[in-house]
Amino acid sequence: MIPPRSVTIVGASLAGLRAAETLRREGYDGSITMIGDEPHLPYDRPPLSKQILSGEWPPERSGLTSAEALADAGIELLTSKRAIGFDLATRQLEFGDGGTLVVDGLILATGARCRRLRATDHLAGVHVLRGLDDVEGLRRELDTGPSRVVVVGAGFIGAEVAATVRTAGFEVTLVEAEATPLARVLGSEIGEVCAEIHRDHGVDLRTGVGVVSVEGSRRVESVGLSDGSRVAADILVVGIGVVPNTEWLEDSGLTIDNGVVCDQTSLAAPGVVAAGDVARWPNPRFNEVMRVEHWDNAVEQGAHAARRLLVDDSAAVAFAPVPWFWSDQYDRKIQMAGRGRPGDEMHLATGSFAERRFAVLYGRAGRLVGVVGFNRPRHVMRYKSMIEDGVSFENAVSADV
Amino acid sequence: MGGGPDKKGVPMKIVVDYDLCESNAICMQILPEVFEVRDDDFLYVLDESPAEELRPKVEECVNRCPKQAISIEG
Repeated sequence: MIPPRSVTIVGASLAGLRAAETLRREGYDGSITMIGDEPHLPYDRPPLSKQILSGEWPPERSGLTSAEALADAGIELLTSKRAIGFDLATRQLEFGDGGTLVVDGLILATGARCRRLRATDHLAGVHVLRGLDDVEGLRRELDTGPSRVVVVGAGFIGAEVAATVRTAGFEVTLVEAEATPLARVLGSEIGEVCAEIHRDHGVDLRTGVGVVSVEGSRRVESVGLSDGSRVAADILVVGIGVVPNTEWLEDSGLTIDNGVVCDQTSLAAPGVVAAGDVARWPNPRFNEVMRVEHWDNAVEQGAHAARRLLVDDSAAVAFAPVPWFWSDQYDRKIQMAGRGRPGDEMHLATGSFAERRFAVLYGRAGRLVGVVGFNRPRHVMRYKSMIEDGVSFENAVSADV
Repeated sequence: MGGGPDKKGVPMKIVVDYDLCESNAICMQILPEVFEVRDDDFLYVLDESPAEELRPKVEECVNRCPKQAISIEG
């Protein structure tokens, strides 16, 4: 295997950074250039909806590295530079500033961006939360004293924002189209636990309703819901999911389909790999083509993709993780590992829904495929190991954890 | 390589910032002989200075800690 003469990483967030660091750890000594479209050094997103939004941490505390550490590792970082095109045949990247760059090894880690509500761009007070600039914008507005916050979408990001803002003393209305929060991910029983937690903290949770209109002249003033009700809003936070940033690759010659389509090893084309939120690949452990938007996946796949660039096809290994993530809401730590989904066999392994401290196992075709825990980190990790070991559902249910 | 203290003869020391740690237990999954989250939801470091051959695993714990709460001295 002749290693690439140089490696270019498009995307300077978690997956891109971990890929760059892994290349060096593996002994790669060619040049590494990481290109990001934000002005910031790589930073960590989980604290944004929690410690940074609450003001507990200054924004710079979300940093993942320093200019010195990058320089010491020989990783060149280009900021505020947006890739707008790539041609696989000529291996040329094209940038928004008019520049071009012919690359050898290429790591695609452009992540995802928030979906937005239609026809709200002209209104002040409407926010999404994805990046450092988003959270600073939202914080600035909260600091000026408006009191009524409407959050659309009770998925993980919406729920965390609602929890943080409610804890800070604001009036919060949380709007969710499904019958319970996270119903499609956790099932309605656990979703109901999430609903109770929000309500107990004084959040006005509206489920089974969608947003049909957003009113206001210059600023958002109210939100119309599908049940005919109207909610006054000084600030509207939209947390209705993300879409992978792949438009710039549409004509690249790579296969794009809800992400950069890769093989089992994270390879999208010879010398081109993808990692993190933007990568879609068949995970042989679950026999499922997946795109995973979790923090841990960005870390793991970033490292895996980097190693993939350094080996021959014959030595390449499949990327077969058990996806895992966590969400902190109020005093609850929700963790989920594997691919459990509504419709699977479910078993309450420990605790109870009433005390909101429990672990639930998910089984499919006789295998343990997932676990969800509320304030049960030890159990989640033990069962995650069992998923990795291919333990049967029956044995997982009877295991002493 | 491996099997003993590093060149300076100083073993590594694992430092956990308990103000940051939220017991996600990822470290326990990677290195159960070093990290343990108990039923009280707190993380206990069972071995602050593990054998040098475990360094890559400890580094993985540092990288995969969602709270960036683990560091290595030495």
